[in-house]
Amino acid sequence: MFTIFRKEIADHFNSTRFLILFCLVIGVALLTTYTVSMNLRSEISGGAKIEYLFLMLFTTSGQFFSLIQFIAFFGPLIGIIMGFDAINRERSAGTLSKLLSQPVYRDAIINAKFLAGIATISIMFVSLVLLLSGLGMVAIGVVPSGQEAARLAVYMLISIAYVGFWLGMAILFSIILRSIGTAALASVALWIFVSFFVGFGSGLIADVIAPTDQNNPELMLKNARIAGAISRVSPVNLYSDATSTIMDPYRKTTKSFVLVGPMEKISMSRFNSALSLWQSILVVAPYLTTLVALTAVCFAVSYLVFMRQEVRSI
Amino acid sequence: MAAVIETHELTKIYGRQKAVDHLTFEVRQGEIFGFLGPNGAGKTTTILMLLGLSEPTSGNSRVLGFDPVREPLKVKERVGFMPENVGFYDDMTARSNLQYVARLNSLPDSQSKKRIDDALEKVKLANEANKPVGAYSRGMRQRLGIAEVLIKNPKLIILDEPTMGLDPEGINSVLELIKSLSVEEGISVLLCSHLLHQTQKVCDRVGILNRGRLVAKGTIEELAREGIQAELASANGRGTPADRRGLISLEDIYMRYFKEE
Repeated sequence: MFTIFRKEIADHFNSTRFLILFCLVIGVALLTTYTVSMNLRSEISGGAKIEYLFLMLFTTSGQFFSLIQFIAFFGPLIGIIMGFDAINRERSAGTLSKLLSQPVYRDAIINAKFLAGIATISIMFVSLVLLLSGLGMVAIGVVPSGQEAARLAVYMLISIAYVGFWLGMAILFSIILRSIGTAALASVALWIFVSFFVGFGSGLIADVIAPTDQNNPELMLKNARIAGAISRVSPVNLYSDATSTIMDPYRKTTKSFVLVGPMEKISMSRFNSALSLWQSILVVAPYLTTLVALTAVCFAVSYLVFMRQEVRSI
Repeated sequence: MAAVIETHELTKIYGRQKAVDHLTFEVRQGEIFGFLGPNGAGKTTTILMLLGLSEPTSGNSRVLGFDPVREPLKVKERVGFMPENVGFYDDMTARSNLQYVARLNSLPDSQSKKRIDDALEKVKLANEANKPVGAYSRGMRQRLGIAEVLIKNPKLIILDEPTMGLDPEGINSVLELIKSLSVEEGISVLLCSHLLHQTQKVCDRVGILNRGRLVAKGTIEELAREGIQAELASANGRGTPADRRGLISLEDIYMRYFKEE
């Protein structure tokens, strides 16, 4: 299995598409962090040092979006691009039957492919976060505290689980669907559906179940709760809720009604006390568990389908 | 001579279709056994069962003394298999493709280097070893496929349509290669094909498969003799002179067995 793992990792790092993707992600991330750090610098200059300033690098949006929003949106694409042709490319090239006729267990192939994908994603994320932290330190002149570093680590863990889910999804499609093109389109379609339409749909359904009334806050709250519950079907929402909580110690629930800008946040922090790291982790733990479980389900289904597939059709 | 492959009433049913129907045959040590039959006769299915890649519906088989259903890895360690339309990683060189296979067979790199060189030498690809396989011609790919099979030092090789899509020269070089492997290295070969003249040249014995059933088995001379007798009996002496002289070709045998049913 290690042999296949090694080859798959080498393939990932040698492939042009991975290179393009990596450059793209790093480029956008650097740009975002840069604009955010510039904004932060101008806003906080003169004031006293605020707690958890460093994390705001990742959570506040610069021109368009914050870094974690970017990853929430773009992360699936990373997983899909790495997984959509995992099995069916081998099948169409005729290498799969050759691989299967070597003395390796059949599950070693799929395990190695999945693990190689996860390893690549991890390397990518760790380097990304380290790079951005370095840039942030230089740009705003603040060194992250131990707790901030720990929060970043948890953030990375959630991100890896999140992209891992999409990788598992894409590998599943690559097993079920014979054609590489169809598998790619199917995964992208699912991604778009889950990213956009589940959000819209949850609002619509919530309106049907619990119509809102401008003057009745109780109804509004109920509506929002239902919408939130439904939207959590989507891993994208799971991920963005979880990450924004872990990265922002002042958030005590995963859903907040009001959008808060950096200045408001700073003033809020004067009155609010932050959640401890452990408390934040407790809030996001169910989310992380769900993400990991989704990934596991995807992988388990792929595993079963792959093990049962008749070789004839390979 | 000991048998390297033995099957007993091997059967595989897909849905309602019998792909392989109570197949019993054996391949002896050191021989080239031609496994002939039209497309869809069940040749590939049989091979997949012999390698433990597909489970028989009933019946059993032994390959080099191992049961492929129970010990597929032991079979796969010892048997070289070249699938129809053998595939390679096109962006890797021939050498690294072989290296990968060697590693999958848990050969240490120190050992595999020499084996790869030997195998490439044998299939006359040593000069092309560092080119990406994507640039290879069909014939070269086929020969590389054989080199790949040789990496694990097999006692038995199974080749599925090794001459498919090759030009006459390519066919000859592949067949000669197969013959030399059998003669010089004593490797047993199970050669699957639907092309007759070619197999006629190299096979010691053949088995003819049609609709999952083995309809004939033996050396080519034996089959030819049977064919002539049948011909003579049915034509009542009106056969062509060529038949009587025993010049009946494998083609005639083949047609005879395939027309039945």
